[in-house]
Amino acid sequence: MRVGLFITCVNDTLYPRTGRAVVRLLERLGCEVDFPLAQTCCGQMHWNTGYGPRIEPMVRRFADTFAGYDAVVTPSGSCGAMIRDNHPRAAARAQDPTLAADVAAVVPKVYDLTEFIVDVLGVTDVGAYFPHKVAYHPTCHSQRLMKLGDRPTALLREVRGLELLGLPGEQECCGFGGTFAVKNPDVSTAMGADKVRHAAGTGAEVLCAADNSCLMHIGGLMDRQRTGMRVLHLAEILASTEKEPA
Amino acid sequence: MSKAVPPTGATFVGMPPFPRAARDAVGDAQLRHNLRKATHTIRDKRAVVVDELADWAELRAAGAAIKDRTLRRLDEHLLAVEAAVTSAGGTVHWAADAAEANRIVADLVRATGETEVVKVKSMVTQEIGLNEALAAEGIRAYETDLAELIVQLGEDLPSHILVPAIHRNRAEIREIFVREMGEWGVPAPAGLTDEPAALAEAARRHLRERFLSAKVAVSGANFVVAETGTLVVVESEGNGRMCLTLPETLISVVGIEKVVPTWADLEVFLQLLPRSSTGERMNPYTSMWTGVTPGDGPQDFHLVLLDNGRTDVLADRTGRQALRCIRCSACLNVCPVYERTGGHAYGSVYPGPIGAILVPQLGGVATGKVDAQTASLPYASSLCGACYEVCPVAIDIPEVLVHLREQVVEGGGHRAEKAAMRAAEWVLDDPGRLRRVQRLAARSRKLIPKRAPGPGAAWTDSRSIPAVPAESFRDWWVRERSGPADTAQAGVRPTGSAPAAAVVEARESEGEGR
Ligand code: SF4
Repeated sequence: MRVGLFITCVNDTLYPRTGRAVVRLLERLGCEVDFPLAQTCCGQMHWNTGYGPRIEPMVRRFADTFAGYDAVVTPSGSCGAMIRDNHPRAAARAQDPTLAADVAAVVPKVYDLTEFIVDVLGVTDVGAYFPHKVAYHPTCHSQRLMKLGDRPTALLREVRGLELLGLPGEQECCGFGGTFAVKNPDVSTAMGADKVRHAAGTGAEVLCAADNSCLMHIGGLMDRQRTGMRVLHLAEILASTEKEPA
Repeated sequence: MSKAVPPTGATFVGMPPFPRAARDAVGDAQLRHNLRKATHTIRDKRAVVVDELADWAELRAAGAAIKDRTLRRLDEHLLAVEAAVTSAGGTVHWAADAAEANRIVADLVRATGETEVVKVKSMVTQEIGLNEALAAEGIRAYETDLAELIVQLGEDLPSHILVPAIHRNRAEIREIFVREMGEWGVPAPAGLTDEPAALAEAARRHLRERFLSAKVAVSGANFVVAETGTLVVVESEGNGRMCLTLPETLISVVGIEKVVPTWADLEVFLQLLPRSSTGERMNPYTSMWTGVTPGDGPQDFHLVLLDNGRTDVLADRTGRQALRCIRCSACLNVCPVYERTGGHAYGSVYPGPIGAILVPQLGGVATGKVDAQTASLPYASSLCGACYEVCPVAIDIPEVLVHLREQVVEGGGHRAEKAAMRAAEWVLDDPGRLRRVQRLAARSRKLIPKRAPGPGAAWTDSRSIPAVPAESFRDWWVRERSGPADTAQAGVRPTGSAPAAAVVEARESEGEGR
């Protein structure tokens, strides 16, 4: 199985640890992982901020770059949903039948990391070790658009040493919302503050999610509030072992 | 709290754009407490009664399909309504906009010789600013819905579709009743407490006199059944029923999207609406009337069918789904933004997610003619999708929000943002440029301040910036996993060591000078 890793521009630039964890994890599970260097961004920020008509080059680049793989795996629920739901729309809008066909060919092969592990590889015990108390935040796009359901928690439950704690109000948005975080900073912060309060109330050491952009916001608030908790992408926990702890 | 400012169209005059209004709202501890309590209570009730229906998904799909099918032939259904209402003894008026509707209603009231009307809770009369327009003609309109009464007595603005006084708690309501009721009619009883039953009893005594003396009533309608010309009002208190039956003249102002073709269609919505709005299996009062019935109820009935921007919304392929809305307010009750700001921050009679997609459309955002306040509404959402999940007619509110953001951008938008977006495209169109920018950031990462000046402060005022790693994932991959051939493929050329030099070089090597 030849897997193309779509790391996403945010992870590439700010969270290379998550990318390295995905590679380590997938290779440990027997996949041949490739990172095609032509990749850049899914266009989500542009699309969601009202610049949808401008993302055609990014949609084209994504379809071309990942055309040759058996599966395309991404560690971001919102980028995965952007590709799955909106690349076909963007292609239709471009009125380019070739682009639409290329997008239609690549989209069914795009998986969120947890979908790929659970549904395609058929594994829930990935051989991880992470002796910490963890709460899981199902980010809005992981949950409502990618419909990851209980896949992430099924994977976490099999991690040796990990104690999974329930997060009150887990289905509530953390307030990141891309450019919403800076266009409406007060509301965004108010929403994030409640998320942090709930997370800290669980007594967990780590809040994890399947999307680093939400964690950037939540983690930024936690840091300012000196909560002493840390945020970690799910992939880093799943990659963690006795020898190479996260 | 805010003093009432007459609306023009659906919008309150003089409101600042959403982010500014929201800043004050999120800092109001009492408001935050009232809203959290109220929205969570209704939200949880709704979840229970929706979950108990095994066919909710099918009902929801049917609701959306019926509305879409009706809207496709809206002209024909409206003519059917006109014919049926007329033959049942009513009179139908057509109003293109708020001003025309207000004039029609004012003329009809004046023709009766009355100077007072009682009102059934209605969103559309708020939308057109009917009370203010009537006041300008010397006609006083009395709200009879309990929550609307609280808003009217408090000279306040509504902040929720179903519960316009949701931002008030019991103590505040008691205070308004004691202070204001006497000015308007029967005063609050001496020693009024803030017990819900006592407050309801005070309102009942205050309103009872009104119902018995009123000769003219004004209502909206939740639905109009085209096949018989029957109007339907769904409510909880029975005050609407009083207004609909006791007066001699009844004037109903109804948006043109409220039509359902048949009684079989209505049945679907009578299941969807109460469960979604109040979290009840069935609402306590459903009033239905068809024209005039001799010797029973109002003998003079007028239906004012209102467009006020709706046909423009209908012309927009993506935006038109907003016309399916049955005003249940489920989207408000689950919205994390609404929960923290309340309705006033939206500056409109339609707050929350539905307001954010309806008000800009009714105001003409597609033609680029809306003000800064209205243009801020499509951005008043994190696109979390909770609204779409609960909407009983499956309006994909996030999809419409994004669509309207595009219209705001096309209509002039934000210059600095456009420049930033273009710069991002320039970087993201080419992995080589992306890599150079990443390296630049890595080299200067120690220089990045903890608190950013200018627009960056919107992030750093409350949140730390993530530490920029010494090496991007891309660089790690090239170093660890691939040979020099890939380095060339990545478009990487040697760059100078100083950050400024790197930028200049990155730009020059691309032959770009934006
Ligand atoms: S948009 Fe949907 S959820 Fe919101 S008020 Fe209208 S019908 Fe109800």
